[in-house]
Amino acid sequence: MSTFLGMPVTAPSGVGNLRGDRTFPEAAHDALADGQLRRNLRHATTTIRGKSGRVIAELPDWQELRTAGSAIKASVLARLPELLEQLEERVVAAGGVVHWAADANEANAIVTDLVRATGSERVIKVKSMATQEIGLNEALEAAGIQPVETDLAELIVQLGEDKPSHILVPAIHRNRSEIREIFLRAMPGVDPGLTDDPPVLAAAARKYLRETFLSTRVAVSGANFAIAETGTLAVVESEGNGRMCLTLPDTLITVMGLEKVVPTWQDLEVFLQLLPRASTGERMNPYTTMWTGVTPGDGPQSFHLVLLDNGRSAVLADRAGRAALHCIRCSACLNVCPVYERTGGHAYGSVYPGPIGAVLSPQLTGVEDNASLPYASSLCGACFDACPVKIDIPSMLVHLRDKAPHSRMERAVMRAAAYTMNHPRLYARAQRAAKLARIAGRRGRGLPPPLSSWTTARDLPEPPEQTFRDWWARR
Amino acid sequence: MRIALFATCLADTLFPEAAKATVRLLERLGHEVVFPFEQSCCGQMHVNTGYQRDALPLVKRYVSVFDRYDVIVAPSGSCVGSIRHQHSLVASNCGERGLAARAQDVGSRTYELSELLVDVLGVEDVGARYPHRVTYHPTCHSLRMIRVGDKPLRLLRQVRGLELVELPAAEQCCGFGGTFALKNAETSAAMLADKLTSVVATGAEVCTAGDASCLMHIGGGLRRKETGVRTVHLAEILAST
Repeated sequence: MSTFLGMPVTAPSGVGNLRGDRTFPEAAHDALADGQLRRNLRHATTTIRGKSGRVIAELPDWQELRTAGSAIKASVLARLPELLEQLEERVVAAGGVVHWAADANEANAIVTDLVRATGSERVIKVKSMATQEIGLNEALEAAGIQPVETDLAELIVQLGEDKPSHILVPAIHRNRSEIREIFLRAMPGVDPGLTDDPPVLAAAARKYLRETFLSTRVAVSGANFAIAETGTLAVVESEGNGRMCLTLPDTLITVMGLEKVVPTWQDLEVFLQLLPRASTGERMNPYTTMWTGVTPGDGPQSFHLVLLDNGRSAVLADRAGRAALHCIRCSACLNVCPVYERTGGHAYGSVYPGPIGAVLSPQLTGVEDNASLPYASSLCGACFDACPVKIDIPSMLVHLRDKAPHSRMERAVMRAAAYTMNHPRLYARAQRAAKLARIAGRRGRGLPPPLSSWTTARDLPEPPEQTFRDWWARR
Repeated sequence: MRIALFATCLADTLFPEAAKATVRLLERLGHEVVFPFEQSCCGQMHVNTGYQRDALPLVKRYVSVFDRYDVIVAPSGSCVGSIRHQHSLVASNCGERGLAARAQDVGSRTYELSELLVDVLGVEDVGARYPHRVTYHPTCHSLRMIRVGDKPLRLLRQVRGLELVELPAAEQCCGFGGTFALKNAETSAAMLADKLTSVVATGAEVCTAGDASCLMHIGGGLRRKETGVRTVHLAEILAST
């Protein structure tokens, strides 16, 4: 792949799931009109917020943990090359194979070739954001290999031929009657008398997945953490289906974003406290699976680690944006975001929705390709307060807006406004002219866009008889 | 104390009562208020819309106009947030290191009204009287950017005749967000609709806040829905006798 003067490149287009077909406001329009979706989202995000808030309040040192998490991530990014080389060396020493993938195309090709070499026509998958990002399922299907998602929510998304809409709970936009319909339509061997009772739905998925676990020889996973000092990989999850995939097959292929490395085992102490509390609102996640290379007679006997860049080096190169790589994919920022709560995740176009998606996706693809995302926020700051690794998302959004392409018309208006504000006489005259807005009436009929979008839902303020400075001058 | 008033472009132009009330209140408390005429706008709209370079002259203007004052007050948590946290950043992003240092310094002397009253002047009972049922919306930048905490509520609790009613889901954004309200008008309106429901549920006659911008948004929605609830800036309540 070509690079210009050694500068890191962004994630390629035409592969993966980082770019939407429409702008955020266009996609949000449909979501906002869907009352059922808004009720599902409000209920789900309110529940998770409450749960998470309660378990966070139990920890007297939550703020110190956040600071520690942020500091560890900053130090990792500062010495990423040496940590990745150390990780590679330790994984290889423990019997694994390490592959370096510059982008989604390379990663998909590496995984496809590895699966082909095993002769298996099916893989079981652990829930993984990295493989969703690169569109691995699509690539495997194109090569005649069937990927089976084993996380319950990912399975619902996959069987529904849908896209994930949340990092942690990808089927958050679906309710149980919709899930029943999806299972009846697409789950092989499902009982036609299936009801929409949640335990019944879970049991149907369990039966289907058990058969798949026992008959599939290759698994693909992501990773939450990789420990450089020992070459150990870690996956945290709730269902135990991940544990099945990580232990039962002969071959395990892990695709990991290269920012997931941490220096030592001791660092996990911080993240394993932060992640479950911020994400599912649990004190501890039910399953934490860790493995180091291969162990003769126990677990997969062939292990491959694919280290994925796909634009991450470009993010790292931006001083004001690189902290987006601190993200541990907990989704706390989605759950507190007033925009996400109303639009849902599909409006963001990318597999990374919500506030973190609004800063990460445009950086991975280059801001030109996701130019509306940095504006998909009122800059209310709730995400920054909720982030367990203290990513200052609002400041990053402002930084990305500065880099985003602007329309010629908007630029002209903003220039003129700044010029006026910087020339006191002109400014005073413009202020008095605001009174002319009275002719628009308080409903603002006949106002041109974009001002008309204000008056669809709000009245205009009544311009005063006198500006403050005129009052001051005459007192 | 001699206090310089940064009226903010929005209050100066569209909501002069908020700035007038700030003057009356501080004078009633025995302070001298000055209004430097060369002031205009903090530049937040430009910065937050992606035009830092165009905001630079406005940052320069703010710093040069207010540098000579020890204490500066603005009736807006959002504008103070921009002055305190964005001005020096804009200056350094534009390569103006000297300006960045001065902006940092002037920013540290710029206070939102409730901060000035409680932290600098050490007063919670400002001697106000306002016999109405009032609910308070903590605006996002007051709450999370400059962290005014419960200072506005402490001030409101001392106002004679005022019945303070708690706003449900108070800390959720009203959906204004500057040009967000235009660029993502439908999402903004959906956020506003939920805020209006909360405000109306309190049974309050008045919704107050420390930012004229959020009040313009909430007030515009309340009037459109003909709820009969009014929006009044915190400064106006504190200035009432």
